[in-house]
Amino acid sequence: MIANGLSVNQLVGFLAQTDGPPKAPTFQQGSYFFPVQASSFAKDSDWLYYFIFWVCVVFFAGIVGAMVYLVIKYRRRPGVDPQPSTSHNTPLEIAWSVLPSLLLILMFKWGAEGYFDEQVPFDNAEVVRVKASQFNWLFEYENGDFSKELHLTQFKNYEFRLESADVLHSFFVPAFRQKQDIVPGRYTKTWLRPIKTGEFRLYCAEYCGDNHSNMKTNVKVYLTDKERLAATAWDWEKKKVDSKGRIENGQRLFSIKCAGCHSTTGKRMTGPNLNGRWGIDEKLVGGNRKVDENYIMDSLMEPQKDIVDTFGPPNQNMPSFKGELNVEQIDWIAEFIKSLGATAADATPK
Amino acid sequence: MTTTANRRELFGHTPDKNYYTASKGFLSWALTLDHKRIGIMYLVGVSAALFLAGTFALILRTQLLQPEGGFLSEKQYNQMFTLHGAIMVFAFIIPSIPAALGNFVLPMMLGAKDVAFPRLNLCSFYLWVFGTLFLLIAMLTSGLDTGWTFYAPYSIRTQTGVTYATMGTFILGFSSIFTGLNFLVTVNTMRPPGMGWFQLPLFIWALYSTAIIQILATPILGITLLLLIAERTLHIAIFDPALGGDPVLFQHFFWFYSHPAVYIMILPGMGVISEIISVHSRKEIFGYKFIAFSSVAIAFLGFLVWGHHMFTSGQSVVMNMVFSAITFTVAVPSAVKVFNWLGTLYKGSIALTTPMCYALAFILLFGVGGLTGLFLATISVDRHLHDTYFIVAHFHFVMVGGTLTALLGGLFHWWPKITGRMYNETLGRLAAFLVFAGFNLTFLPQFVMGSRGMMRRYAHYDPEFKIFHQWSTFGAYVLGLGVFLAYAVLLYAMKRGKPVSGNPWGAASLEWQSSSPPSFHNFDHKVIMNEPYDFSTQVYDEELDSYVHRRFLEPPKPATQPQHS
Repeated sequence: MIANGLSVNQLVGFLAQTDGPPKAPTFQQGSYFFPVQASSFAKDSDWLYYFIFWVCVVFFAGIVGAMVYLVIKYRRRPGVDPQPSTSHNTPLEIAWSVLPSLLLILMFKWGAEGYFDEQVPFDNAEVVRVKASQFNWLFEYENGDFSKELHLTQFKNYEFRLESADVLHSFFVPAFRQKQDIVPGRYTKTWLRPIKTGEFRLYCAEYCGDNHSNMKTNVKVYLTDKERLAATAWDWEKKKVDSKGRIENGQRLFSIKCAGCHSTTGKRMTGPNLNGRWGIDEKLVGGNRKVDENYIMDSLMEPQKDIVDTFGPPNQNMPSFKGELNVEQIDWIAEFIKSLGATAADATPK
Repeated sequence: MTTTANRRELFGHTPDKNYYTASKGFLSWALTLDHKRIGIMYLVGVSAALFLAGTFALILRTQLLQPEGGFLSEKQYNQMFTLHGAIMVFAFIIPSIPAALGNFVLPMMLGAKDVAFPRLNLCSFYLWVFGTLFLLIAMLTSGLDTGWTFYAPYSIRTQTGVTYATMGTFILGFSSIFTGLNFLVTVNTMRPPGMGWFQLPLFIWALYSTAIIQILATPILGITLLLLIAERTLHIAIFDPALGGDPVLFQHFFWFYSHPAVYIMILPGMGVISEIISVHSRKEIFGYKFIAFSSVAIAFLGFLVWGHHMFTSGQSVVMNMVFSAITFTVAVPSAVKVFNWLGTLYKGSIALTTPMCYALAFILLFGVGGLTGLFLATISVDRHLHDTYFIVAHFHFVMVGGTLTALLGGLFHWWPKITGRMYNETLGRLAAFLVFAGFNLTFLPQFVMGSRGMMRRYAHYDPEFKIFHQWSTFGAYVLGLGVFLAYAVLLYAMKRGKPVSGNPWGAASLEWQSSSPPSFHNFDHKVIMNEPYDFSTQVYDEELDSYVHRRFLEPPKPATQPQHS
């Protein structure tokens, strides 16, 4: 049964590669316990980790050593009674309560100092708005570009302004050693300075619902601003003049706004798969409806109006994109979905 | 000096009517007011919860054998870890030691006939049953996918059975409060003449400290869950920002209970370990007052550290600093206990019986659990480790390595008293070894993958973590086997074990002065008061193959009714 499950999953994973979570970067090992140190905070944080680690090793070795020695030395032997000994020794007990506390004070001090450093706003920081929603990441830069992956420039200061559209999320990049919860209804902030180029993983660290496990993306850190700007540049106006460009615009919008819940490969995710649905009579809760431009428009503006049959209660989670997408953008998305055709195996009209 | 016949009369026999042969039939159990029977029913209940939630754990670990996940969908995985957590925490760990072992042992340790409020005690058990039923109803109807923490606003918006589950937890909370209240009053009012506060066994100090937390902290959870239900059903704005509430407020409320609850889970375990180590090394506990007061200190400080669960929640910098500082202070009383247990071993006569094996395992596992807490109390390091597998490993070391180990150790220690029969020592030790080895294999790799960036609550994961997950899963199978074997050894002993006399360990606390198993009234003769860790009062009597109080070798006094009867 397990083997069976695995093979099905592997197949699904293979199919999902084209539009699922972006292809993972190779894991960059730093020291044994950590990924590579890619932010200015990582070094201090790791140093403190290793300090505490060795303190713990020393104490633990002491405990184990004392225990093994005592258990062997004073093991029960027939005819030998326990030797009389004192049942308390106040100076000793005070000593072993107070002396380790000094180490605790050091840990607290260094931990708090490191945290202070992280919380002091950077000067000249570029603001990146991080918009988290079930189960999508969206990064908006100062120049108006936006992207699904996070693109940064090495040795540049960043302020992340985190906002959530629905429930709690958490912004976590292990290579940056930094984590900040994203709380709906307020902004939270975190500051970072990448010090290494490359690709790193970015996770949602706070459980946020069905597809939490897929709410991950990548951070790409570039050497120069030029490369970083090229990575997020997208000329919507230039592309929209022909049909191919409009489909590309639609595909980009889809991958940023919709792909967290809707697949275009046939895989069932939180929301209905959109591959091969165009033009068919979609079976809805309480009736059928043809998938056309108006259906797409309604689904984006009034998502509770038409619910696909197998996604009925309790799954009606789709947010409305009213005010977030304009008519032209919806048109692009519709063209993209149209381009996926009605040819998929599961699209046979019922 | 009494004659052998006399001593046999007093100690050597198993009374014709002990507490479980005293009356028969379903109702004699269902309506019993006997603390021993209620303890046994609790034991059966929490063990069932342990096996159910343990099975969930094994399913979760099996799912994680491969990076792309196994046979569970994300949705099923989310429900599975939620129920694993909720049932383990609320239906198993919190009631396990106090309500099962504590119920059986606490009144007997005081030489009393029962707890102060026997009816409340039975009521507490039925509340446990109803609360757990509600959790099961949630599971069997629409499921539950919020995580055991019920974090808002997800818990308000999800369509799963949050209302049933929170109702269940609310009821379980009252079960816990009733047990705590009962123990508090029992210890305050029913100590026999001659037993001052510092003649109490340390298990009682631990249960007393636990009871204080149960009474003071659990109502906060109750009201929080009621507010959550009110918000879900009536849309009153409390936690959901869409209605005008504050989700971080929920975290404050929740952890204001749930952090002290961590000490509800671990303090009774520490009490059990104090008993076992002292008795099985036949040595007066070292630094009695330090251990006793460290329980109280932990109970007190436990109320002041909840914010360390929220270092990344966006609470203010000052709050994070204060909570970090106070959190470090909890390390002191915990360390004191470990040092004192080691001090107790010094110049003792240490027998590596099964309970002692569990006690030594407890010291090591709790040691790791406690020490790894230092990483998490340090704010800048916690900002990286928060919500990773490092946390998962840390609290399992405390909850499973601590509480479950102590529960098993306590069961083996008191099993001869509870059932009147001795377990198989070899198999008992083997099970203890499997539990210890399997546990370490499960959770040590999780520390490493956590600091490398493996998030908790992910149904599938990135390929670099595969080897750690696989070790962890194999470890979980070994751990499961160990726990299963331990229970099998206990159950076999109950049926076929060698009958034992009243006091096979030579323990000095009062519960061992009863026959094994105890009679309905606990004691057939007047209890002889002595210091709980003065083992010189216990003398081995070869005729009876039991330890008896030194005084029984002196001229007999006429047996009278026990006190409080």
